[in-house]
Amino acid sequence: MSLSRAFFAVIRRDLVLALRRRSEIANPLLFFILVITLFPLGIGAQPHLLQAIAPGIIWVSALLAAMLSLDSLFRSDFDDGSLEQILLSPHPTSVLVLGKIIAHWLVTGLPLLIVAPLLAVFLGMPNHALGILLLTLLLGTPVLSLIGAIGVALTVGLRRGGMILSLLVLPLYVPVLIFAGNAVQMAGSGLPVDAQINILIAILLMALVLAPLPVAAALKMSIN
Amino acid sequence: MFLIPDPVVRFFHRMASPPHFYAFTERLMPWLVVIFLLLTAAGLYGGLYLAPADYQQGDSYRIIYIHVPSAWMSLFIYMVMAVAGAIGLVWRIKLAEIVAISSAPVGASFTFIALVTGSLWGKPMWGTWWVWDARLTSELILLFLYLGVIGLYGAIDDKRTASRAVAILALVGVVNIPIIHYSVEWWNTLHQGPTVTKMDKPSIHVSMLIPLLLMAVAFKFYYLIAMLQRARTELLLRERNAQWVKNMISESK
Repeated sequence: MSLSRAFFAVIRRDLVLALRRRSEIANPLLFFILVITLFPLGIGAQPHLLQAIAPGIIWVSALLAAMLSLDSLFRSDFDDGSLEQILLSPHPTSVLVLGKIIAHWLVTGLPLLIVAPLLAVFLGMPNHALGILLLTLLLGTPVLSLIGAIGVALTVGLRRGGMILSLLVLPLYVPVLIFAGNAVQMAGSGLPVDAQINILIAILLMALVLAPLPVAAALKMSIN
Repeated sequence: MFLIPDPVVRFFHRMASPPHFYAFTERLMPWLVVIFLLLTAAGLYGGLYLAPADYQQGDSYRIIYIHVPSAWMSLFIYMVMAVAGAIGLVWRIKLAEIVAISSAPVGASFTFIALVTGSLWGKPMWGTWWVWDARLTSELILLFLYLGVIGLYGAIDDKRTASRAVAILALVGVVNIPIIHYSVEWWNTLHQGPTVTKMDKPSIHVSMLIPLLLMAVAFKFYYLIAMLQRARTELLLRERNAQWVKNMISESK
């Protein structure tokens, strides 16, 4: 089997598996919506206040949803041994792992984009910032999946890896949060956001190229 | 290897052997302590007594003799940890792994000291304990990275596996180091720019600069002492079933 066929086979397999277990798609999404509805209830529903903090709320909630969905990335494959088969295959592990990460993002990251406009309206965000919000989510959530995969690969062999995973992954998420949140905030005030978007694109490209390598190394370490 | 002289290569090969490392550091330790105490005494005397008060800040600027060396150390130790981790990852040298993980708590403490002293100085000077400025935030993230390394090491039972995991994590975290280092130049924020490592001439008077550099070297020695002590205990713990440890314990009885 050629490398590209193996790569797409991994994506296809993970997508089929996710479609059979639909709760995997629905749970992070529900979590995302619920966290965002908690904020107006917790801090009071003054429109000005909500409008001011809406980009931050949406992005922090996306961060948490992405982090909580990470566990499903390698868990079932680790339990039933198919992860070992991936590592044993003649193809480079990093490429196959990239396929798994892309499938994971399609299942858990992309749905966030679809509900985000609705939630932005909930929080009274100005309409002209919606496009930028979607753009930052489109550029930022794949980075969350890519960086998060490193943390999951390091902790997949542990019985209680959940807490330690958040300790490892959240500090590495900070740059994405800063630039994406800032871009949406600026767009809300009608200012240009080219710089932030360019930096997000740079982060995404770097993560696409570099992140699969430590993921592959960490999986090899977790397996033996 | 042709660039490195033979005696140096031999030295590193011998240091990679645990019994030799243990014996060598035992003999080295008193010297390190003496040098550290002398440098600290000289640095503190120069910084707290000889150096003049600042014309704007008065005496409160003197906290830089702790703050700046600690901040330098927080970055330096992270680099040592990442490089030692990489060496352990590639060549599977046990001692490199031990040096990497022994550096983490020392580095975390220096990061913490840098944050606390900066905050103590910030209250009278900036009028606030904390601002979300680029350098402060990235230093705080550095502290979280150190804590993540320590936490991950503690979570994995097999210590050789844990060392490899920690090395991968440390290498991933290295991206933060240039961000911290250049943050005050890239973003125009409240934290002042560098005054010592400028290309032309340091914008700090020589009577203040010399104690600062003395303290920086003293902190390097303190790091060596603390890291080597941790490494020696970690080594004993890992090698507790090895013959040389058993021999050593039976001799000392």
